[in-house]
Amino acid sequence: MNHDAEQERKEYGVETTGHEWDGIRELNNPLPRWWVWVFYATIVWGVIYTMAYPAWPLVNKATAGFLGYSTRALVEEEIAEVNDQNAELIARLAETDPVDLAAAAAEDEDLRNYAINGGRAIFAANCSQCHGSGANGVQAAGYPSLIDDDWLWGGTVEEIAYTVAHGIRNEQSLDARYSQMPAYGDIFSAEEIETVVQYVMSLSDSDGDGTNDRGYAYDTAAVEEGGQIFYDNCAACHMDDGTGDPFQGAPNLTDIVWLYGGDEATLIETVTHSRFGIMPAWGEEYRVGGGLSQDEINAVALYVHQLGGGE
Amino acid sequence: MADTKNDKPPMPASATGIGDRPRKTSILDKHKVLEKNATLLLAFAFLVVTVGGIVEIAPLFYLENTIEDVEGVRPYTPLELAGREIYIAEGCYVCHSQMIRPMRDEHERYGHYSLAAESQYDHPFQWGSKRTGPDLARVGGRYSDDWHVKHLIDPQSMVPESVMPPYAHLMDRVIDPQYMDDLLRAHSRVGVPYEQAHIDNAVADFHAQTDPFGEGVDGLLERYEENPDRVTVNVRNFDGQPEVTEMDALVAYLQVLGTMVDFSTFEPDASR
Repeated sequence: MNHDAEQERKEYGVETTGHEWDGIRELNNPLPRWWVWVFYATIVWGVIYTMAYPAWPLVNKATAGFLGYSTRALVEEEIAEVNDQNAELIARLAETDPVDLAAAAAEDEDLRNYAINGGRAIFAANCSQCHGSGANGVQAAGYPSLIDDDWLWGGTVEEIAYTVAHGIRNEQSLDARYSQMPAYGDIFSAEEIETVVQYVMSLSDSDGDGTNDRGYAYDTAAVEEGGQIFYDNCAACHMDDGTGDPFQGAPNLTDIVWLYGGDEATLIETVTHSRFGIMPAWGEEYRVGGGLSQDEINAVALYVHQLGGGE
Repeated sequence: MADTKNDKPPMPASATGIGDRPRKTSILDKHKVLEKNATLLLAFAFLVVTVGGIVEIAPLFYLENTIEDVEGVRPYTPLELAGREIYIAEGCYVCHSQMIRPMRDEHERYGHYSLAAESQYDHPFQWGSKRTGPDLARVGGRYSDDWHVKHLIDPQSMVPESVMPPYAHLMDRVIDPQYMDDLLRAHSRVGVPYEQAHIDNAVADFHAQTDPFGEGVDGLLERYEENPDRVTVNVRNFDGQPEVTEMDALVAYLQVLGTMVDFSTFEPDASR
């Protein structure tokens, strides 16, 4: 380099880098002391950090670190900590037989508040995708509303808790609620199906004006013949008067609530191919790595029960 | 000004040794050779990155606790694997992750945190760090097939507040499984333990999974299930149509996600 360091120090207080662009020279000032020390400190910090936390790979395992940190232990602690705060309520919820749940909740306001608030969160995370955020179901698509008083499998707290734990027609729980309506398309002619559908529509014609309570017209002339077919084939599950049987999940056909739709075309489809609505089992023994414990099942059953339709 | 500064000796010019520093030569001065020779700099930069890569990546292949030992995780069936291809092709991973992190809120919403073993046969894995939709690591068995089909055709019909786009076209696309054995072979090359029997029967197994009363079911279960008490292969006609469509494959894949691990055999390793 052709610059004189001594001379530069005299002139500028610091030497230059020796670079020169059109007479402009670059001073080679030292890094600020504080910066240098922070830089050294981060190196020291880095070394200590890798000793404190899991870091260095060895032969079979990595070093565990002297702090014994483990994300998995930490999350288990966090879960346990929150559960401990409510340990007494959780234990009582879990231990109360679902038959006595409604009475227990009516007696004890703390238990009721805990169950319903917890149940609301459980419902939002697990149930709302099918039954809707407001529990109104998906009308005419086969996902029942839970806020009316029409219950396929019974609407007491006990029955709701059972349905939540085991589900309906699934392959997960052997104790799932199960029934299967035959596909009458294989048994009846198309005319017979049309005829019985006229009778079914007449069941929910409360004012006798030739349209059912949903406002769909039917053929009153076919009602008598359809009634005979109904008594011979459908009444075993849907009962003679068509009010259904919650022990078999057979819906009430006399009310205004239709799971798949109450118009003629939909009813013909239902009778022809039958329906097979499935609800998964939510008990933790049926769900890998998830599912609801007994206290959670009881909580969500109480929540659903008080939405408006509970029996 | 200049004189007062001269009272104390100046700092070494710089760590890079640019400029003349006649007082003493250190090893850092040799760095100048690298800085003045672009090819040499490239070669040494590559060397440094390589060492860093080896130190950070190589141990994952031999450390015992990288993938914990659990029972139940099996390679995907041909139909599930085809569904996974569709999952990737349709870009589901853009909005959905498949990794439940070890945090309490995720535990409450999605279930047990994901294990490395659960994605050991995923090439590539679908962990993700961006969620517009919910995590799908444990979506298997959560909803009925009917719900998935209706939801994929028109998401808002099931969940009005959803922003998910419709995937109704999956219903019309019949899958021709002629390359199914190649797909399995490709996965076996990268370490998925498919045996020759799996590859030879790939097309048959592909069809068997949507035909619960067909002849091929026993063979399918025999090849893919190790424990007869924990059946994780769902054999159903997923979309209700006679043909095997992309809808069948995708729903079959979704319905198996997160359902394989037998958690009764899992003990969390403390050093993770």
